[in-house]
Amino acid sequence: MAEREQSGGLLFEGSDWNFDDLRRTYDAIERIALEDLGLDLYPNQIEIISSEQMLDAYSSAGMPLTYRHWSFGKHFIQHERQYSKGMRGLAYEIIINSSPCVSYCLEENTMPLQTLVMAHAACGHNHFFKNNHLFRQWTDAEGILDYLDYARGFIQKCEEEHGPSEVEQVLDAAHALMPASVFRHRRPPQPTMRAERERSRKRQEEAERAVHYLWSGLDRTGSAADTGDKMRERKRNMHLPEENLLYFIESYSPSLKPWERETLHIVRNIAQYFYPQRQTQVMNEGCACFVHYHIVNRLHATGRISDGAMLEILHNHTNVLTQPDFDDPRCTGFNPYAIGFAMMRDIQRICTEPTDEDREWFPEIAGTGAWREVLKDAWTNYRDESFIQQFLSPKVMRDFRMFALTDEEGDSFYTVSGIHNEPGYQTVRNTLAHTGNPSLTDPNIQVTDVDLLGDRVLKLQHRRVDGVPLEKRDRERTLAHCRRLWGYDVTLTEIDDPDQH
Amino acid sequence: MTQFIDRRLNPKDRSLGNRRRFIRRVRGAVKKAVDDAVRSRGVADIDRGESVAIPAGDITEPTFHHAPSGGHRERVLPGNKDFRAGDRIDKPPSGSGGGAGRQGAPDGDAEDNFLFALSRDEFLDLFFEDLELPDLVKRSLKKIETTRPRRAGISVTGAPANLSVERTMRNAIGRRIAMRRPGRRKLDALQREIEALEAAPGPEDEAGRDLLERLRTRLEALRLRQRRVPFLDPLDVRYTHFEMQPEPRANAVMFCLMDVSASMGEREKDLAKRFFALLHLFLMRRYDKVELVFIRHTHEAREVDEETFFYSRESGGTVVSTALTEMKRIIDARYAPSDWNIYAAQASDGDNYSGDSARCLAILNGGLMKLCQYFAYVEILRENEGEILNDRSNGTELWRAYLHAAEDWPNFALKRIARRGDIYPVFRELFAAGTEGADG
Repeated sequence: MAEREQSGGLLFEGSDWNFDDLRRTYDAIERIALEDLGLDLYPNQIEIISSEQMLDAYSSAGMPLTYRHWSFGKHFIQHERQYSKGMRGLAYEIIINSSPCVSYCLEENTMPLQTLVMAHAACGHNHFFKNNHLFRQWTDAEGILDYLDYARGFIQKCEEEHGPSEVEQVLDAAHALMPASVFRHRRPPQPTMRAERERSRKRQEEAERAVHYLWSGLDRTGSAADTGDKMRERKRNMHLPEENLLYFIESYSPSLKPWERETLHIVRNIAQYFYPQRQTQVMNEGCACFVHYHIVNRLHATGRISDGAMLEILHNHTNVLTQPDFDDPRCTGFNPYAIGFAMMRDIQRICTEPTDEDREWFPEIAGTGAWREVLKDAWTNYRDESFIQQFLSPKVMRDFRMFALTDEEGDSFYTVSGIHNEPGYQTVRNTLAHTGNPSLTDPNIQVTDVDLLGDRVLKLQHRRVDGVPLEKRDRERTLAHCRRLWGYDVTLTEIDDPDQH
Repeated sequence: MTQFIDRRLNPKDRSLGNRRRFIRRVRGAVKKAVDDAVRSRGVADIDRGESVAIPAGDITEPTFHHAPSGGHRERVLPGNKDFRAGDRIDKPPSGSGGGAGRQGAPDGDAEDNFLFALSRDEFLDLFFEDLELPDLVKRSLKKIETTRPRRAGISVTGAPANLSVERTMRNAIGRRIAMRRPGRRKLDALQREIEALEAAPGPEDEAGRDLLERLRTRLEALRLRQRRVPFLDPLDVRYTHFEMQPEPRANAVMFCLMDVSASMGEREKDLAKRFFALLHLFLMRRYDKVELVFIRHTHEAREVDEETFFYSRESGGTVVSTALTEMKRIIDARYAPSDWNIYAAQASDGDNYSGDSARCLAILNGGLMKLCQYFAYVEILRENEGEILNDRSNGTELWRAYLHAAEDWPNFALKRIARRGDIYPVFRELFAAGTEGADG
């Protein structure tokens, strides 16, 4: 084998690792990533951490640093308990969408595992973060670490000035509204996170002025028609309806103090930062798995890692990619790792060894051989929904033995609406694509109206899709938080989405 | 451009602040768990953590999310066995959830109790809380101190932090003198002399060149010597040496005396238990080994185990002196005052058989107080009595008798208590002495 001759021998032996091994192996991995796959990476920063630190990172949603709040303490206790009871293992790594791209590797990993992890996170995820259009558009990798640092300092300062319990109440309420506080359809009306610090200085006066303006408006008495005009005018100015609750409350709440507004701003910025990750779970993990699989196979083929190491890597690879069947007690739906990896390997197959079916379904790419380009284009320009819609092939549907179910309220049974056969492919594919889109699966809640001149009741509307209701108890609890922030009553009506059907 | 960073040695407990906030958040439940634990644990067993179950309702993080059922839903599942399009599958009975791919329930087991373990420190913090201890006392009670470092001369190995700069430099100077290491001043002078000669426009005669040559050789030799004899040699380095010496410790025995007649109810016993536990915690800090002796009495006294002491009831009159007599007997039999530090803690509601209080005083004065390091007595009042009985000199017969004892013996302390916060002042002097001893 010609390839074996040009190799530089084994990168490491045995399972113990040291920093020289890591460095040497990383260099080999990076060479394949850049030269063979042509990936485009942020500079990497690979940090070795202990299991306790990994639990730490878990409890704050993988953020390397964050402000203090009891809920993070709660999550830490939860994870620690599950971990110490052996109910779950720890992730081998955590990666942060930042530049430099920080990945945490667990110290207990063996050297083969570290190899796998570096290929997976430092190359796969890294490329995805840097190139996918959602991340490019919505997140600021350069600024996130600075911003989190700023947020931590700001909250701490607030705790000192206003007392921890005061701050805690605002954060509790903000966290409750967090999932309903992302811009799904339009760009956030602020430039980059970097400008935040500057902004927050100006913010104080502005916010005070705004409040003053609202209140001074109350004293004015005008004719009813005049008021109506003004109200319409103001509603227009407020861009109603508004899908981002915290943004709206932050901007228009008549009762919030400036530091409370800034706190809401921080929370919704963090929510927005994570939103692209929710939209690209399948693609992100699929990309990372595809990349690590390709890289470790190259390393093995060129004799850089031993058979034993390869076996250990494959063992872990398979564990991560297991997709239990629906009737398996372990099944919690689709494993994004499994489906993402399968689809991307399938694209590679379609490009190199297409069948007649592939030629019919994917005429543009079948047999072109240019799988690197197709994949990189997908990683850059798609998200889960569009990716599945575009690339889920009949073969993958057959391999997973997918079937679509319809669950109608009031029926005592589910109906199988399509399976992995010719008439069912489109149904299965559309349904799966929809479930991968958070803007369809999250409740659609909007601010529809508020009469700032009258009773100042904030009117929210839940647009039910297919009649799926909100969970009642949490709905009331969340509304209570919402009232605390708004300062006046808040109502929530549920209507069936008029745009549907 | 790729960096590797070893974070393993970074400070631990990064999330401690979050944990504290969490515990503060669930204070009610945690406090209750601590109180229950104090009730169910032994006096000697206060000193460890506790696991706490918190009703999930207190700490949910609500958000708007979809109900687990209702409406029209579609989803895709993996692993079809034999379904065909149009097949109907029975829904699992409502409530059991259906297992697979449930929407909108990110925290499926949210309604279970939330379990977590309090650490020993957290537990003690909460235990101390309504005992109203001064901070210094809290700290010294929580400190696990068995040894302390004592200076023990100088050694040639050690941690950089213990480097003895003075010793090291003294050795270095001695060595440099002995090895005749040329100093910088000497070299500089020579250098200047050479430069002066070189710069001098004087006659280029033989002698001048010769002198210059000699000086240069000499400078070279001195430089070489300076290089060979280092300013500071590893040989010079000395460290201050510390040896861990055990704190002076000995054995102690603690007598717990309690009236168990019917007038001592649940509340009284709980207060008494905290009183005993606090003294025990204190003794544990000062002594290697603390033995506990439980003596309960009605009209007669008996040594019992802890379980019986706190939980079984007995009827009968109340003769306090029997307990003191029993204590004296046990000391004589088992705890020679030369080997043991003897502490006694007595709790009662103040009832005593008429005329017996004088006997108690006689027993105390007649030898028992001489044997004891410290004798603490608490009289547990009913909740509303706390405000009425604020005149110290007035009280039950037993109280008045013990007041006499307190006047005669500085190591006798007594106090009337009605709530937990009243307990600590009984020990104030004891703890004050104790903390001085520990810090001094």
